[in-house]
Amino acid sequence: MHMTLRALFGATAALTFAGMAAAATTEITVATVNNGDMIRMQGLMDDFYAKHPDIHVNWVTLEENVLRQKVTTDIATKGGQFDVLTIGTYEVPIWGKQGWLVSLDDLPADYKKDDLLPAIAGGLTVDGHLYASPFYGESSMVMYRKDLMDKAGLKMPDAPTWADIKKAADAMTDKAHEIYGICLRGKAGWGENMAFLTAMSNSFGAKWFDMKWHPQFDQKPWADTINFYLDLMKADGPPGASNNGFNENLALFQQGHCGMWIDATVAASFVTGKDSTVADKVGFALAPDNGLGKRGNWLWAWSLAIPAGSAKVEAAKTFIDWATNPDYLALVASKEGWANVPPGTRKSLYENPEYAKVPFAKMTLDSINSADPTHPTVDPVPYTGVQFVAIPEFQGFATETGQQFSAALAGTTSAADALKNSQELVTKAMTKAGYIK
Amino acid sequence: MATQHSRFAARLMVAPSVVLLFLWMIVPLVTTLYFSFINYNLLNPMQTGWAGFSNYFYFVTDQAFVQALWNTIAIVVGVLLITVVGGILLALLMDMPFWGQGIVRVFVIAPFFVMPTVSALVWKNMFMNPVNGMFAHIAKGLGLQPYDFLSQSPLLSIIVIVAWQWLPFATLILLTSLQSLDSEQQEAAEMDGASWLSRFIYLTVPHLTRAITVVILIQTIFLLSVFAEIFVTTNGGPGTASTTITYLVYVQSLLNYDVGGGSAGGIVAVILANIVAFFVMRMIGKNLDA
Amino acid sequence: MARKVTNTRKAVVTVIAWGIGLLIFFPILWTILMSFHAEGDAIKNPLEMLMSPWSFASYAEVQTRSNYSLHFFNSVVISVGSTILALIIAIPAAWAMAFVPGRRTKDLLMWMLSTKMMPAVGVLIPMYLGFKNIGLLDTRTGLVAVMTLINLPIVVWMLYTYFKEIPGEILEAARMDGASLRSEILYVLTPMAVPGIASTMLLNVILAWNEAFWTLQLTTHDAAPLTQFIASYSSPEGLFYAKLSAASTMAIAPILILGWFSQKQLVRGLTFGAVK
Repeated sequence: MHMTLRALFGATAALTFAGMAAAATTEITVATVNNGDMIRMQGLMDDFYAKHPDIHVNWVTLEENVLRQKVTTDIATKGGQFDVLTIGTYEVPIWGKQGWLVSLDDLPADYKKDDLLPAIAGGLTVDGHLYASPFYGESSMVMYRKDLMDKAGLKMPDAPTWADIKKAADAMTDKAHEIYGICLRGKAGWGENMAFLTAMSNSFGAKWFDMKWHPQFDQKPWADTINFYLDLMKADGPPGASNNGFNENLALFQQGHCGMWIDATVAASFVTGKDSTVADKVGFALAPDNGLGKRGNWLWAWSLAIPAGSAKVEAAKTFIDWATNPDYLALVASKEGWANVPPGTRKSLYENPEYAKVPFAKMTLDSINSADPTHPTVDPVPYTGVQFVAIPEFQGFATETGQQFSAALAGTTSAADALKNSQELVTKAMTKAGYIK
Repeated sequence: MATQHSRFAARLMVAPSVVLLFLWMIVPLVTTLYFSFINYNLLNPMQTGWAGFSNYFYFVTDQAFVQALWNTIAIVVGVLLITVVGGILLALLMDMPFWGQGIVRVFVIAPFFVMPTVSALVWKNMFMNPVNGMFAHIAKGLGLQPYDFLSQSPLLSIIVIVAWQWLPFATLILLTSLQSLDSEQQEAAEMDGASWLSRFIYLTVPHLTRAITVVILIQTIFLLSVFAEIFVTTNGGPGTASTTITYLVYVQSLLNYDVGGGSAGGIVAVILANIVAFFVMRMIGKNLDA
Repeated sequence: MARKVTNTRKAVVTVIAWGIGLLIFFPILWTILMSFHAEGDAIKNPLEMLMSPWSFASYAEVQTRSNYSLHFFNSVVISVGSTILALIIAIPAAWAMAFVPGRRTKDLLMWMLSTKMMPAVGVLIPMYLGFKNIGLLDTRTGLVAVMTLINLPIVVWMLYTYFKEIPGEILEAARMDGASLRSEILYVLTPMAVPGIASTMLLNVILAWNEAFWTLQLTTHDAAPLTQFIASYSSPEGLFYAKLSAASTMAIAPILILGWFSQKQLVRGLTFGAVK
């Protein structure tokens, strides 16, 4: 056994050192989430190395929750482990304000900053400085099965109401054949069920806080939101919905188990892609509303940013420019086709006639444009963010709130209790953080 | 027997271990204790100053605290029950002669070699998932409605996953102990007409007591800090149905980034662990002439 | 062993034992089987999946996406390195406790074990800050140090129980012959304790290999072991069962194989003093 171990040891050591021999260049460490578009980028690195032979990229690819936690720990302690971070529209305004990110105002001219979609760029800008460059942007929309709608004799409007959704879901559900009229997020987490529910609540006229930062779960709009959601899911949702997040629902939809799915616009390329059994049967519509002037869609952009602690800012900027520049979109298009281009970041992409042929292009753009992070709710609120509240404490208490609604969906607690508990725990968290005096 | 000289040498030899472990214990403990009394949120550098006992107050009055306490106990006791009882039965089985003993033994101990994260992921996705999991497929095959393990009985599911990982450990220790059982005594008892059951109760069980104690001691230490399995499978939910004290500390310190609150939680957890340790070690002390 | 075992009885036991053994092993077996199928087939019902064509696509993809050899190398260095270091520190301590026991030896052992009860999540931030200040973040050295300390109590205790089994007279004899303390440990005690040391080593390599909190939190790239490799496959967008299975198989295979080959050693040695 000792011999085998030593032999293994030696062999791997040799391998590793052979791999490191060529590293007389600047090495940057890039932390990223294991989503499809990022994985695709890792496959296209030959292009980057051809253009920048003096830079080597070490990828740290992690699952979203682990990534977020590691990156946050590192930046908040100024650990300096990463040179480029993949973060979202929730983190950028908070971290930018703290001075934790390097401003990206001086990217080269061919980066074409003015080409960025204003809704997306706005969310990544703090006090006039761009602190992160969007890699892909998303809103949310309704994805539905055209064949099932036809079968039910219904037609999906381009801009449905929640009543339309309920009607369609009831009509499509066929539990005997494992077809569930609607798949929605139920897994607890501020970026999972609470992203959906917060966006949904906006269209019901609800809000997280009033102008004095008092939580609003004890108000009717939130009760309406939760009751509607629970009724819909209990009647027409899949089993185990309280553990379903984006990925679980995607898998369900791809296998043809969902009649409708309201989720991120980026899912469109997956449900129409090669892994999908229903690729040619998918239609798209705007996220529903209730006639109150706000739709239930969110706005998010996975973006690349440089932590203030990085010692390799120049190399990091070179990389960010390469990865988010219009040329990168063209590169992906040439290798993998237009449908696989990272969506939702640039005006020029949507003006491109080639891209206009992609079935979900227009609906994605319309959805992004209809979200307004600076005025997310029907009533005025003291915060920004559509499906989140851009304060540091949000991810903690929103995840705990998410647990409550997840439990209500699982049936282990009632809607009223979930709302009551949420009200209590958010009040407590806000008191502790000093918002409520 | 031991001379003054050898006593001194012995102290010297124990010293590195003791000093290192003492530092390993005291440095984090003191820092944590300090942090637990201040306002310290990593994401909000504006919040500073002494917090008094407020961090403790918020932790202990957390909606999930009491439940987390029970859940922690449930996991420890549940897993111990399954692994000890299951381990004894398995060890008895493995001790009997049969064909392919080596291979079966390899099968039985395999789960112990699997990373907790991996086993949690495998159980959650490939087995307990209500749509694509193995159990769901079996239920559908039998014409039943698939059961949604992780939302309907989250705690039990976690106990099963953790017990699966620790069953081999218990089996191994109990098997080794069983093999050292005096076979002559066994045979003598058999000659005297003692039934299998009475031989088991009066000879085997007393012989296994020491091994059982060891299993309980070692596993308790690891079970009190079960984290990856919960993090991967249920995230402490639905609601707080599978939140343990360790998980609650995680929520405070790595989700809220409330270092103050998380530290207070850490101290509470240490105190609770030590209460458990006190009882376990008491019990062990009687059985182990360590 | 004069008891006769009839073949019928043996056959019945064989069937039961194999049944239970396979049942316990099944989740691992299934993961391995799944890793050799295409992503789309992996979510089909079990029979359909088994019928579907074999595929190495998941392994190919995992291979191109991740630097497996780096993670593997780090896992080996961290688990083996920390185990050896822990043995070096623990052997003298265990020797002293076993052969020159004081009044407080037992309390000392129990105290050592109790240091393992601190919840790691609660002390991450202080640890992270400390590691940053001494420049140990993302270094194998730092990880080896942490894993050594984490496993030290178990190592001391296991060794102590083995050493106690060694009859003191042998040491007396060696001492009479004028052996120094050092040579007593090196030439008399150690050879006798080799089985115990070996199984202690095995158990600790396994524990260190599978430790998934510190190894994930204190590393980023250079020192990242297989636990991080797994975290990049755990819940990506789209179908992932086959890729996750392949990555899982790759992460657990080395330790599974090591465990299987040294199974006898582990069974013999894993007593924690429970056998008298």
